[in-house]
Amino acid sequence: MNVSTRHEITLTVNGKTETRTVESRTTAADFLRDDLRLTGTHLGCEHGVCGACTIIVGEASMRSCLMFAVQLDGTTITTVEGLAQNGKMTVLQESFREHHALQCGFCTAGFLTTATAFLKETPDPTADEVREALSGNICRCTGYIPIVEAVLDAARTIKAAKG
Amino acid sequence: MKPPPFAYFAPRSLDEAVKLIDEHQDDGKLLSGGQSFVPVLSLRLASPATIIDLNRVEGLGGASEMPDGGLRVRGLTRHREIELSPLVARLNPLLTGTMPHVAHVQIRNRGTTGGSCSHADPAAEMPAIALTCDADFVLTSVTGERVVPAGEFFQGVFTTALEANEILTEIRYPAWPKGRRWGFEEMARRRGDFAIVGSAVLVDFDEAGRCGAAKITIFGAGDIPLRIAEAEEMLVAKGLTPETMREAGRITSAAIEPRDDLHASADYRRDVSAVMVRRALEQTASPLRTGVAA
Amino acid sequence: MSSHKSHDIGAGTAPLIGRSLQRVEDARFVTGTGTFIDDMKVENMVHALVVRSPHAHARIGAIDTTELLAHPGIIDVFTTADIAEYAAEIPLRLAPLVGYERYLQRPFAVDKVLYVGDPVAVIVADSRYIAEDAQDLLMIDYEILPAVTDVHASAKNESILNEKAGTNVAFSYRVSEGDIEAAFAAADYTRKESFYCHRHSGVPLETRGMIASYDATATDHKLKVWGATKVPWFNRRALAKMLRMEEADIRFVETDVGGAFGIRGEFYPEDFLIPFATMRVKRPVKWIEDRREHLMAANHSREMECDLEIALSKDGDFLGLRGVFRADMGAYARTNGGVPPAKAAQFAPGPYRVGAVQMDVAGLMTNKTPIGTYRGPGRYEVNFFRERLLDLAAADLGISPVALRMKNLIPADMMPYTTGKLCPYEEPVQYDQGDYPGTLAKIAEAFDFDRMKAKVEACGQKNGKRQGVGLAVFVESGGAGPSETARIEVTPTGKIEVFTGVTAQGQGHETVLAQICSDGMGGVPFGDISIFHGDTDKLEWGFGTYHGRGVTVGGSAILLTARKLAAQLVAMAARRTNLGIEELELKDGAIRKKGAAPGEPPVMTLEALAASADDPAELKAVEKFAPANRTYTSGAHAAHVEVDVETGKVEVLRYLIVEDVGRCINPALVHGQAIGGAVQGIGATFLDELVYDAEGQLLTGSFADYLMATSNEFPEIEAITLETSLSTLNPLGAKGAGEGGIVGAGGALANAVSHALGPLGVNVTSLPLNPNNVLRMIRQATPRQAAE
Repeated sequence: MNVSTRHEITLTVNGKTETRTVESRTTAADFLRDDLRLTGTHLGCEHGVCGACTIIVGEASMRSCLMFAVQLDGTTITTVEGLAQNGKMTVLQESFREHHALQCGFCTAGFLTTATAFLKETPDPTADEVREALSGNICRCTGYIPIVEAVLDAARTIKAAKG
Repeated sequence: MKPPPFAYFAPRSLDEAVKLIDEHQDDGKLLSGGQSFVPVLSLRLASPATIIDLNRVEGLGGASEMPDGGLRVRGLTRHREIELSPLVARLNPLLTGTMPHVAHVQIRNRGTTGGSCSHADPAAEMPAIALTCDADFVLTSVTGERVVPAGEFFQGVFTTALEANEILTEIRYPAWPKGRRWGFEEMARRRGDFAIVGSAVLVDFDEAGRCGAAKITIFGAGDIPLRIAEAEEMLVAKGLTPETMREAGRITSAAIEPRDDLHASADYRRDVSAVMVRRALEQTASPLRTGVAA
Repeated sequence: MSSHKSHDIGAGTAPLIGRSLQRVEDARFVTGTGTFIDDMKVENMVHALVVRSPHAHARIGAIDTTELLAHPGIIDVFTTADIAEYAAEIPLRLAPLVGYERYLQRPFAVDKVLYVGDPVAVIVADSRYIAEDAQDLLMIDYEILPAVTDVHASAKNESILNEKAGTNVAFSYRVSEGDIEAAFAAADYTRKESFYCHRHSGVPLETRGMIASYDATATDHKLKVWGATKVPWFNRRALAKMLRMEEADIRFVETDVGGAFGIRGEFYPEDFLIPFATMRVKRPVKWIEDRREHLMAANHSREMECDLEIALSKDGDFLGLRGVFRADMGAYARTNGGVPPAKAAQFAPGPYRVGAVQMDVAGLMTNKTPIGTYRGPGRYEVNFFRERLLDLAAADLGISPVALRMKNLIPADMMPYTTGKLCPYEEPVQYDQGDYPGTLAKIAEAFDFDRMKAKVEACGQKNGKRQGVGLAVFVESGGAGPSETARIEVTPTGKIEVFTGVTAQGQGHETVLAQICSDGMGGVPFGDISIFHGDTDKLEWGFGTYHGRGVTVGGSAILLTARKLAAQLVAMAARRTNLGIEELELKDGAIRKKGAAPGEPPVMTLEALAASADDPAELKAVEKFAPANRTYTSGAHAAHVEVDVETGKVEVLRYLIVEDVGRCINPALVHGQAIGGAVQGIGATFLDELVYDAEGQLLTGSFADYLMATSNEFPEIEAITLETSLSTLNPLGAKGAGEGGIVGAGGALANAVSHALGPLGVNVTSLPLNPNNVLRMIRQATPRQAAE
């Protein structure tokens, strides 16, 4: 229990352990962006609607603008920067490129994190399930159709690779 | 849009939590999922001096079966856990069936059922379901527990029976009787938005297939979710027919006092309330809406 | 980030124009390594917050900054008195409508605030958190005045926004072509309807923002501004003038930009205030607009009324069209705010031969956020007005909607075709070429429109639902504005660097411009080409991206420059090798003998050529492309909808866009523009709306209230791109492809919903088509009929 407004937290971000002191009111999103300089997580509204700031906490996608950094203490999180491994993009990231599933790229991190968590839970989704899963993320450029295609195609590719 | 400063406590036990909120009841706020509360802070609509975070309290989450077959859902249970729980699906399929209408997956992964009910947004689904099911709310403070029925818990827009030093620790849904069917219909601008207006219903059919009991809730149509007793009694008296389902809708329209807002006029809500109630009742014709959710 | 290396696509040789290459931009965006403005940190940087008026219309009284300045972490605050010396008006960039200039905005409100969101002060603090903590300590007295919140109240002039102007009517003019009185006198059929298009805007997912830093002792650039976009050179000029600095002392740098849609990158009050702040505090200053601010501060668009009247012969010949436009301009004249009403009037005849046209246009000031352009400015609005009226006329005359339009579309053999001078500040419009009837025929066939129409009519009402189909046909301009410049250089390692004045907000310019450059230089490998954009230091003069000019004008400049440089390099190689110019060519990235066998070593590599240069000028070329006229695409939208008559909710069952865009540089990207534009336009027709109450308070100040399309709402959208008629106005043959997806949405959907609900007596004349409005229309049309 800590009475003060500053707290030391330790968490694992993209496989790396980080210990920092944070103010209690610092949002998880601002902490990632400003303290850890993981600026791939974007802020589109700061009130929990647009989904651009989505990160994966444990296995679940969550909005980092609606959490405080102090609440990340002891967690394992993944941001968009942690999706590719050793410089190799994930199937989903490649699929976004192939399907032209992004234009300005500002919302993309949130879609990728949301869809990554979703595909883990639902490896063989229908188009309706994909649309439903992505409905908490706003994209102003693409009209969503190529994003849905990219996620469906990634699911097929992952499934085929697993044989 | 940044939150104001506050002192932060993250109690590990319920005992510790109730002491803290008792101590800080004048200027403190509880934080559970935060999916409605953090935006309130970021928009600076509230500036509590102290925030007591319930997320690390042991034993405050999870669903379990009560000895009488009822469903106990602890306050910190995430929406997503309820949505995916086979136990919940078995004991209260209405709850399971409603979950996909609650916001979006990222919100459901973090948001809690206790938080949603304590927040008491008149257009939210969870309060409406609790009311429909005649659930009991367990409120805990330093002086112990008290149990408040759903019908008395919701008192106004964002206003509940919770005292400033109490925590909503548990919601108890009574056992689901044999022969019960459910319906849920809502009108939202987009999937996942708060309802403009919505309805949840339960109909208990006796062995002869007659309506033995009905529970009809309308939400988004007033300051709090409302049960429409007159319509419930009418259905028991006259049985469920296309005509009585329409009549239940008409009774609902007449019983509510909706307001205008940005998304719809009072007239709209009055009209569409009738449609929501009728459609929710129509769903109970389907055998899929019995014991276990489809 | 202005430079990113193109990826080698390893996909053979030229031509690259016309191929759906993967975008080079995407690698950084999918890995989270792009650099948007808020991703940048500059050493010693502090944070600005713009304090905005909470009132729609009020006189500013005493301002007390004492308490605010005493708050820990607050570095500075300044208000209108502090900038008085520099407080020039922000100039118009486009659409100089006479009278409108009286309402130009200054960086801070002077004497009065005129809308909720009007800037009144800037706070500079150690962090944004602290600035927000302290902002309520700034004491400003306001004397509240009556708010003007619609065009009718505005026209009464009872509460005047700008007392010096003495009227709320900012401009009022008539444009006409042909004898309108005679046309209507001769008509067998006339119909007049009053339409309303609702206020909404582009709302890019990234809000505006910038970082400014100032060093008076610097020898190159004293003032640096990151976060510029759209028209950096114009904005730099405007800022230099306001600050009384030399343009050369200011550098604007574009970062990655999270969408713009017309509303971002214009010169706003903050574009003065933040550079001014950095000069005051002598530290770099960052300002990132928050979402609430964005919805009240960035340009709004679209809101206008139109009384439109059509005159037809009994056979359906389009004899005349006259209209009265009343545009709600908001509180001030913004840089391009005159465009939406002016273009609505100019595009009123659309792709049709109309005997006579007369449009009366008035811009009325209200205590609301000022208007600017949003993707397809004026077109979305007027295509709704005109196409809706055409459907009404078709129904009245018993002619099919397709046949009535087909009969009146400008035939290809009448091209080029002028609709006359329908915009006071422009020359008469000339549609260069195009097969407008062919485009309509294509959509009618692909959508099976006539059969679908009969089918849904036969279906009637089922389970409380009714279906309908609707069409909207449009013509859309592109390639506007002054010349664009390009400079291309060969680096010492033989790579190609392209410097362009075009800016990028998500369209994929780094990819398509490299495709163009590659083809212009005989197939230089795509991966060897780097595109540098949006940096005023890299190019002496450029202009920017808007109104479909990125490719048509900027791309053409690159193509001309690439060809010029290629010729220059061949000549240079000829001199080095003593071979004849006519024997050599630049092919696949090296100087080769014409007709050389595949695999034959080149005469000189570009690296060797670069090493041999005596003068760096040999290795670069600069060229301009000035469009002689605008390009015009033609297209159509078709919609199939189902309306729940009990709730007013509309489902889009199918949506199809056909547009003839001329040359398509990258078909995947053009398709993306069409689909993305369509979802914006469909979403806007049902969801997006900026709503004010009677006191002028913005009720839609968050994403909980300003609703946009999500992945669940409109899944069934298709787009067909035609390259039937290549533009002859630029060397690429391109016409611009960013706006066709959006401009027909309001019209097609209003027609489809009206078709569905026609038997109930519904005639859609106002937007948006949200459930509340649709159900109200049903109720008003059939007041006593219960909808159960």
